[in-house]
Amino acid sequence: MANLDVDMNVGVATSSYEGTVSDFIALMKPRVMSLVVFTALTGMVAAPGFIHPVIGVIALLAITIGAGASGALNMWYDADIDARMARTAARPIPRGKVTADEALTFGAVLSVFSVLTLGVLVNWVAGALLAFTIGFYLFVYTMWLKRTTPQNIVIGGAAGAFPPMIGWAAVTGNVSLDSVLLFLIIFTWTPPHFWALALYRCRDYERVGVPMLPVVKGLAETRRQIVLYSWLLVPVTIMPAFTGLGGPAYLLASLALGAVFLYLADRVRRITEGREADKAARQLFGFSILYLFLIFAVLLGEHVVSRLALL
Amino acid sequence: MTNDGNKRDEDATARAARRRSIAIALGLGALVLLFYVATIIRLGGNVAKQAM
Repeated sequence: MANLDVDMNVGVATSSYEGTVSDFIALMKPRVMSLVVFTALTGMVAAPGFIHPVIGVIALLAITIGAGASGALNMWYDADIDARMARTAARPIPRGKVTADEALTFGAVLSVFSVLTLGVLVNWVAGALLAFTIGFYLFVYTMWLKRTTPQNIVIGGAAGAFPPMIGWAAVTGNVSLDSVLLFLIIFTWTPPHFWALALYRCRDYERVGVPMLPVVKGLAETRRQIVLYSWLLVPVTIMPAFTGLGGPAYLLASLALGAVFLYLADRVRRITEGREADKAARQLFGFSILYLFLIFAVLLGEHVVSRLALL
Repeated sequence: MTNDGNKRDEDATARAARRRSIAIALGLGALVLLFYVATIIRLGGNVAKQAM
């Protein structure tokens, strides 16, 4: 029932029309959107088949706006806790630039238009996947899991893992083993990525009552789980090299980057006291972003080169 | 608040409302254009075949 508290807790934006274009862009979580664009593009380029470039751009635009819409809906629902966390206090609703109602309307309208655009202009498999992703992020992760279980980001991470699968479906009209592998890479990457952040933002989550793993199970268990999920992530990431989705460059990159990831995860497990512990968690968090970016960049690069070679 | 202050607030709100209306209109215009272009691309080949 967090949304009912939004106006009472925030209560700064009393009138509409205070929000600027940049406030509404901030509502869409542009950094998350940039990752969505990139992974969806990789899914589209890696998929077997052809899509007209203009239709491809439209598909990418619809997926990106759909992701932004779910970000706005997340900010609408979480406005009460966002206002009390250092990391999120500067978001448009807590700052009073956009009202909760405006964020809800904005997110809902963009959700409907992005799904309809993708469904009508590209195909309905991609459209249905986008609708499912938005619904999953809002109803399953934001409204249900986030405030009830320390497994919130393990299951909720699926929402962030769908974009390459949607991009793939935009080209092929179906879901295949390779597109599921792309999904699994992001799905297994999300827990060590977020738990590294949660390790040094633990007090924030504790204060607002979000049951992140370090808050509920403690720092030691979180460190252990980070290592476990890292050992799951690395083999999953290497798998595309054996299904034909990734080539030799991908195999080398996934092995090298995986080794660094495991090393940094192990450092998080070993260094448990003082500033060095925070530093180790921050390093893993920072590297995890680079890891995902490079994995998808190498895959994208290989497929672009192989397509150019066919011309 | 003075009458001048109220007037300034009303003007600012009216300006912001106008800006937002323009942004919505531009967004809808872009969507119409997007659907038009995509329809031409998707139907283009079939229309050409029928003409033959």
